[in-house]
Amino acid sequence: VTKSYEEIPLTPISDTPSTVNITGLWRVMMPVVDKGKCKKCTICWKFCPDVAIKLVNGVPEVDYQYCKGCGICAAECPSKCIVMVKEGEQ
Amino acid sequence: MRMVMTGNYASAYGAKLARAEVIAAYPITPQTSIVEKLAEFVSTGELKAKFIPVESEHSAMAACIAAQTAGARTYTATSSHGLTLMHEVLMWASGARLPIVMTNVSRAMAPPWSVWVDHMDSIAQRDTGWLQFFCQSNQEVLDTIIMAYKVCESAGVMLPAMIIEDAFIMSHTSEPVDVPDQELVDSFLPAYSPDLKIEVGKARGFGSLVKPDQYMEFRYKAMLAMKEAHDRILRVEQEFKHVFGREHGGLLERYRCEDAETVLVTAGSVAATAKDVVDALRANGQRVGLARIRAFRPFPHDEIRSLASKLEGIAVLDRSYTFGAAGAMFTEVKASVYSCQRRPVMKNYIAGLGGRDITPKILERIFEDIQVIAKRGAEDEVEWVDVAGLPRRWR
Repeated sequence: VTKSYEEIPLTPISDTPSTVNITGLWRVMMPVVDKGKCKKCTICWKFCPDVAIKLVNGVPEVDYQYCKGCGICAAECPSKCIVMVKEGEQ
Repeated sequence: MRMVMTGNYASAYGAKLARAEVIAAYPITPQTSIVEKLAEFVSTGELKAKFIPVESEHSAMAACIAAQTAGARTYTATSSHGLTLMHEVLMWASGARLPIVMTNVSRAMAPPWSVWVDHMDSIAQRDTGWLQFFCQSNQEVLDTIIMAYKVCESAGVMLPAMIIEDAFIMSHTSEPVDVPDQELVDSFLPAYSPDLKIEVGKARGFGSLVKPDQYMEFRYKAMLAMKEAHDRILRVEQEFKHVFGREHGGLLERYRCEDAETVLVTAGSVAATAKDVVDALRANGQRVGLARIRAFRPFPHDEIRSLASKLEGIAVLDRSYTFGAAGAMFTEVKASVYSCQRRPVMKNYIAGLGGRDITPKILERIFEDIQVIAKRGAEDEVEWVDVAGLPRRWR
């Protein structure tokens, strides 16, 4: 139900950060990392436009809650250890 | 204390007296000496403020928005291309309901490249939700900055304001200016303390996404705030007069309009020249007056209507042009007058673009023209004044 203009603040205020929105649900293709082939160059981590790659001992760990499957990490990976797989077929 | 200073220094002193806490600005001709002076005030410790040098005007406004959201009183200044670069974030400042005060040294837009006065830059920002004050004197610049903070920070308004001074004619021309005592300004303008601000340890999003079922209510509130600003401007100016002994004419300054038959409506520094012309024509028995648009947003519709209903003719002099339409002040004035029972003849004069002088002679000819057509009825609605190649001679 839309609140009356008299009951709302001057500008919309949210008490939660936008990270509550699990945007990984938008994904069609998902990156899968072959950790054994990884050379720890961290290029994928630098290029990820949505900060959805974390480094664990220098090796990428994709945060699938937010990864939208753009494929930039796979395209940039010089050792070809990231491949894009259709969602649900991995 | 009475001092001799430029419009730009009047802006800087205004921001200092208002105790701006964060100043973020990028230099541009002819605004530069405003922020130079403020940087000096901050470096000598005369003004306790955080001065943020930024890489663009867009960033200057973004920094002010962030600081104001955190509860600081902010100030910035710009001109022409700097102002238009800010356009996106000007909308953010008003939508986020942040009472930022900014001086715009009004300057023509390029090309042709120009650093001189006209109002195109300011007029182009009329729909951003900012209050807009066109000033006529350096004293008015200083006073209006102080008044604007008080108007804008009041609970019913919470919108930003643009104080407009004309490039070079005001920004770089010295006039005597009364600089009020700090204690007096402090008694008039309390410290800024908004109900809602960023608080450390409390994660919140400001200006977050709303769906179509929630959007209009926020816009409706901003509309009400602009209406409230109209009354608040009048009240704050009366308080200002009580404390400082000066006033500048509310939203629409009326000069010798009481028994006038024809009136010139304009804004900015040319109004001072026009007052002299009115005096000269009055001495010759002509019943003419001047109405100066001091607040363009909110627009003084009621004031224009009550003035217009007694007049035979209205000349509106715009120092800018809205391509494909007419001068923006003309279309606004005309829209106001439409609901009058008895409507005067109206004509728009476009003059003084890119810093071209609007001389007393030109203003006399505009008065002459409007008095003739007020008797005969309107002809060309919009006339460009003093353009080489056109048949009519204005000088």
